Amino acid sequence: MEKGKQRERTKHPAKEWELRLYVAGQTPKSLAAFANLKKICDEHLAGEYHIEVIDLLKNPKLASGDQILAIPTLVRKLPQPIKKIIGDLSNTERVLVGLDLREQK
Amino acid sequence: MTTSKRNNRKSNILPKSPTGIQGLDEVTGGGLPKGRPTLVAGAAGCGKTLFAMEFLVRGAIQYDEPGVFLAFEENAEELAQNVASFGFDLKALARQKMLTVDYVRVERTEIEEAGEYNLDGLFIRLGHAIDTISAKRVALDTIEVLFSAIPNQGILRAELHRLFRWLKDKGVTAIVTGERGEGTITRFGLEEYVADCVIVLDHRVNEQLSTRRLRIVKYRGSLHGTNEYPFLIGRNGISVLPITSLALEHHASTERVSSGIKKLDEMLGNKGFYRGSSILISGTAGSGKTSLASTFVDAACRRGERCLYFAFEESPSQIIRNMASIGLDLQPHVKKGRLNFHATRPSLYGLEMHLVTIHDLIREMEPDIVVIDPITDFISIGSELEVKSTVTRLIDHLKTLEITTMLTSITAEEHSVDQSLVGVSSLIDTWISVRNLEDSGERRRGIFILKSRGMSHSSEIRPFLLTDNGIEIGTLDPAVSRAALQAPQKSKQKVHLY
Repeated sequence: MEKGKQRERTKHPAKEWELRLYVAGQTPKSLAAFANLKKICDEHLAGEYHIEVIDLLKNPKLASGDQILAIPTLVRKLPQPIKKIIGDLSNTERVLVGLDLREQK
Repeated sequence: MTTSKRNNRKSNILPKSPTGIQGLDEVTGGGLPKGRPTLVAGAAGCGKTLFAMEFLVRGAIQYDEPGVFLAFEENAEELAQNVASFGFDLKALARQKMLTVDYVRVERTEIEEAGEYNLDGLFIRLGHAIDTISAKRVALDTIEVLFSAIPNQGILRAELHRLFRWLKDKGVTAIVTGERGEGTITRFGLEEYVADCVIVLDHRVNEQLSTRRLRIVKYRGSLHGTNEYPFLIGRNGISVLPITSLALEHHASTERVSSGIKKLDEMLGNKGFYRGSSILISGTAGSGKTSLASTFVDAACRRGERCLYFAFEESPSQIIRNMASIGLDLQPHVKKGRLNFHATRPSLYGLEMHLVTIHDLIREMEPDIVVIDPITDFISIGSELEVKSTVTRLIDHLKTLEITTMLTSITAEEHSVDQSLVGVSSLIDTWISVRNLEDSGERRRGIFILKSRGMSHSSEIRPFLLTDNGIEIGTLDPAVSRAALQAPQKSKQKVHLY
């Protein structure tokens, strides 16, 4: 496990992970998505990430920038290329694949 | 119950939102259901996007209703360019806060699914666009793109249900476009969600002839025409050509217009044609139909009226030259802009293109008189039934606009009346026949009036001469009548159809 993680990380030499989580109000799904994301990041990207939560109810204009349709949506702004993951992020496996932290089997 | 009460009740039941699209509001009895979504389905290239856009643009310009266009396939720039040719200035409307075009780009490849979600992002985005300009109209073109973008069809379908419900709650009149499916109205079954009004557009090519059609498949709570209506995409956008809804509502003018020939006016109850009526001149080749039409046009131009002359056999210069030989000078009228010639070979375009051109030119010039010389050539470019109904619609359209229409028709020697025109004849108010009559080695022309609605007209066959000074019509000539009687075959036919 330790070894595998090491190898995966070297694939992304960028120090900074910039993540954006789009939500619409404090719904259970939004809260779950944030909690799930935090947990995954702490486990895999400790100290190398930054999460920005955007509440579209407060800032509806921001929906068009990242072409957000589904809520919640996680956008990986950095490292490039941009990746999108939709859902409450309860499926950790899919999140890791979506973030390129694990090869798709 | 009084009429106004009944109308009131009716409008309480189903208010409608006029589209402003030519002819569509007549077919739908006033427009699309107000505050509800309407599905517009059709194959690629049949005019869905234009339909949706025109609904918003006309809503903004004619009915002061701002609109939001949510585009899933083209971006705002492309859309603006595509409709600029119809005179729709999307950017100007956007500046006036009457229209918002929002491009939703969806690409499936970059989306991963991890857990539960809904489409609140789309709702918020659309809601924000609607609220910003207080939109009353919305177009979603085409929302089906979501089916390839959202992996979970169960969630998507539930969300679409919610979306249409939400649009209704917002009170916006919406158009949702959808791709035509095999055996279903749309590929992804959008008709399931839009229960109020469904319109299908179609673009067919038969024998290299292209025709666009529109049909209202469903209109809940409203009477609607169930026919297929041909529609055109012309320079001013879409126009639907209704037939039944208009047929008998045109205003009948009592004003008379001179035929340009005193003797012919005499034959027509001493006053000439009715304004806004349709006149048919049928005759054999070389019997003087174009001369009669040109004389009519010349007289109208002299009165200061505007004439539009569709020539399908001769070029304008040829007509002008030939008419000069009987003392008619049409050139000055052309120069003054009172007379416009439009000459094309009928076979050059399909029927639809001809209609587009005719409609556009009529709208542009607003003529008092339209001449189609000859209508029979028009008939040769499509299947008989199709062209007949189209010609009927055209004549009807001209009647509605109160344009006096003169059609010429070529008949074969042995018939006094062209069989193919029998279907159109019910729309003709005044029917004049010009014939070559042979009598003891002499060829004469004879003119008579087959019918003329609403006036007491002559029933005599009068001699008809083309002279250097124009058309001369004589008084009843025994020789001419005799010649006519010597051809009992023709007379029989004539009487039969009369």
